Amino acid sequence: MANFSLKVNGKTQEVDVDPTTPMLWVLRDHLKLVGTKFGCGIAQCGACTVHLGDNAVRSCQLPVSAVGEQSITTIEGLSENGDHPVQKAWLEEDVYQCGYCQAGQIMNASAFLKRNPNPTDTEIEDAMNGNICRCGTYTRIKKAIKNASSISNA
Amino acid sequence: MTLIKTTYNRRSFLKSGSLAGGGMILGFSWLASCKPTPEQVSNIPKEWFDINSFLKIGDNGMVTIMSPNPEIGQNVKTSMPMIVADELGVDWKNVIVEQAPLNTDIFQRQLAGGSQSIRVGWSGLRMAGATARHMLVAAAADAWQVDASEITVDAGVIGHTASNNSAGFGDMASKAATMPVPEEVKLKETNDFDIIGTDRRNVDGPNIITGKPLFGIDIQEEGMMIAMIVHPPAFGLTYKSMNADTVKSMPGIKDVFPIDVYKDDTEKQWSDAGSIDKLVAIVGESTWQCMQAKKALNVEWEESTALESTEGHDEALTKLLNTSSKQPARKDGNVASAFKKADKVIERTYSAPFLAHNTMEPMNFYADVTAERALFNGPIQTPEFLEKTLASRLGMPVEKIDIKMSRMGGGFGRRLYGTFGVEAAVISQHMKAPIKLVYTREDDMTQGTYRPTYKVKYKAGLNKEGNLIAWHVKGAGSNDDLLFENRFPAGAVDNYLAEKFSLETNVTTGAWRAPRSNFIAGAEQAFLDEVAEAAGKDPIEFRLELFDRAIKNPVGEPEKNDYDPVRYAGVLKLVRDKAGWDGSQRNGAARGVSAYYCHNSYVAQVLDLATDTKSPKVTKVWCAVDCGIVINPMAAKNQIEGGIIDGIGHATYSEMTFEDGKPQHKNFDTYRLIRHKEAPKEIETFFVDNGIDPTGLGEPSLPPIMGALANALYKATGKRYYNQPFITEKSVIG
Repeated sequence: MANFSLKVNGKTQEVDVDPTTPMLWVLRDHLKLVGTKFGCGIAQCGACTVHLGDNAVRSCQLPVSAVGEQSITTIEGLSENGDHPVQKAWLEEDVYQCGYCQAGQIMNASAFLKRNPNPTDTEIEDAMNGNICRCGTYTRIKKAIKNASSISNA
Repeated sequence: MTLIKTTYNRRSFLKSGSLAGGGMILGFSWLASCKPTPEQVSNIPKEWFDINSFLKIGDNGMVTIMSPNPEIGQNVKTSMPMIVADELGVDWKNVIVEQAPLNTDIFQRQLAGGSQSIRVGWSGLRMAGATARHMLVAAAADAWQVDASEITVDAGVIGHTASNNSAGFGDMASKAATMPVPEEVKLKETNDFDIIGTDRRNVDGPNIITGKPLFGIDIQEEGMMIAMIVHPPAFGLTYKSMNADTVKSMPGIKDVFPIDVYKDDTEKQWSDAGSIDKLVAIVGESTWQCMQAKKALNVEWEESTALESTEGHDEALTKLLNTSSKQPARKDGNVASAFKKADKVIERTYSAPFLAHNTMEPMNFYADVTAERALFNGPIQTPEFLEKTLASRLGMPVEKIDIKMSRMGGGFGRRLYGTFGVEAAVISQHMKAPIKLVYTREDDMTQGTYRPTYKVKYKAGLNKEGNLIAWHVKGAGSNDDLLFENRFPAGAVDNYLAEKFSLETNVTTGAWRAPRSNFIAGAEQAFLDEVAEAAGKDPIEFRLELFDRAIKNPVGEPEKNDYDPVRYAGVLKLVRDKAGWDGSQRNGAARGVSAYYCHNSYVAQVLDLATDTKSPKVTKVWCAVDCGIVINPMAAKNQIEGGIIDGIGHATYSEMTFEDGKPQHKNFDTYRLIRHKEAPKEIETFFVDNGIDPTGLGEPSLPPIMGALANALYKATGKRYYNQPFITEKSVIG
């Protein structure tokens, strides 16, 4: 066990955990931030996507010991009132069915749009290909990302 | 005028008047269980009045509607309350939705499955809203001393023009709760609906996009520990022994022990299918610590039944299809002599593998069992049946068992089988502490309860005019005999024979989104395409001729045929027109068509496939649906789109295989699910507007798309696709 000081959603938080513990479980079990989801544990489904700095990463493969000074943003911290352009676009399109994978989809989409504010369909598909949705909301996700892109650029 | 009795089924639906009169609920109990939006906070009523089991009306007119059924992503938590709200006459923006707890005394069929929530709930939900409206009107009539028939209700306002009286629901709620419950209430005419049939966004949307704890796996309770299970690595193996000493001393680990999930005398329900009766439990402080212990633990297993392989399943199914059944499932005319007379005979065999459900939220359940009572919370499609099993297993009356239903991160049939709930109960009982059982993805994918593997052989005879004169179908599946013998084309062919077989295997199987239909529709619709081609006819025209026969002169007793050929032909014509069908190619795209009936609904689809890329790309799907009245078109389209993407994905990419009883795929690195790039570019859905009572929606769009895809693939590649998945390492399209 070891002590780690983490910057999560703008706040500094202390945890005492095994250094190999993936951030996914630090967030969910220790910091009680359960918006980040467990899907596969091997970085294949994207349900656990968070932002490390400005980059979308799979928190199930990110050991707490590797985080250091970098800031972490989870779905709970993406915006204060759920009004990030991507969140607004998701509401507008009524994207979700079961909703379980959507935090990961939103976190991946928001990091992607920051890098590429005016993506083409193909760029969206490439960027989002690592996020599985078993309910099959892919066409709505794509529409929502395009809408979010126009909200941000308005 | 539609009058409806206010009792439902065998149970008295409503509380008696006097009880309803005493049914005031204080605001704070509501606040604890429901998070209102910021705008709603300022409007929190001081008092709530319990009008009936489905709804509460606050003194400020805010209405809380209980959604009775479990939510698995089919959106009933929004659409069921919409039905209540419409009949009540409240403005939707003043409605707060709450998930009802399991209470079989009050609610009927609290189950998510078979696409039946809306169909079965329809009358009861309407009655609940209409009854409350009736009582509000009665209260106003009494207060104003006017005739109730002259009173109007509009968007939460009760009015009487002649006396110039008007009141909000909140003003009358207290009095309404003391009014006698009517024996009969008048329902709205369908063209008077103002919420039903309009787009309403998912009531949980704001919680989903902000990561609120909605799902079973999100549950955190004081003193709760994490539990995991270790199950046999192969079907046919059972627990023998283990040495858990070192693992027990790992950091955070509280205990490691074998459990008897069921005892010999446990009264099992159908929902306990696929159970593994003996498992190892690991309990610890955190999920990661349990995962580490799970990896380090060595369990010995012993063979109890045969260790089966995919090759063996395939051979056994083939063998079954080469036999004849003594008792055909259905027989019309004489197929043998018809085939002799036929000008052309076509015979084809289709197959599909086992499939895992792969809900994105792995199986999990919270349990807190003491000697006095047992509390549960988690994702379950069949809470009522789980409660019965728990009562038997724990030796506790159902009154002492409380099950809350969390939102589910997908179901697809997997959470009909609540063995994980029983596992959680037994582990909590052993630990004398609250626990949350969590499966890893590997546990989830290799535990079983799969979609069965199937094989079907079709034989069709055409006469010189290209008319279908004989149809012989033989179907087989693992632990499931596959066929719906009275569905189309039964009733449309003079000589028809259906035979079905079930292959017993120890690989456990269960319902998977649109059971049986999820294979047989694609096979049948691909075969019909090939038969139409042999007949030299357009595939849509060929089907319409068959429906015409079933309409004008059905074979066999018409009531035996399990479909309405008029509605079936209706969706096919609608999709033909919408897609501008004039053959099987269009603007360079290869097109396939398909139609199917299941879960009381009719679906027809046209699928366009781009032919200029190496791997197939679905550019567009047109989908015509007849599911009667559509409650929430925006959400209904979402279900249709999801079913289409799900169907394309599973037919194209997914399979579970076995070697020596061992599942060969354990996670999404090798078990392939459809991804963003492979999804259709566009899906357009069209609903038939016929005012018929609503039918199933969550499943019917999945089965036929597999046929439309197979038929388009043929047009794109010149090759027929008989075996799912269409893309494997061995056969790559392109």
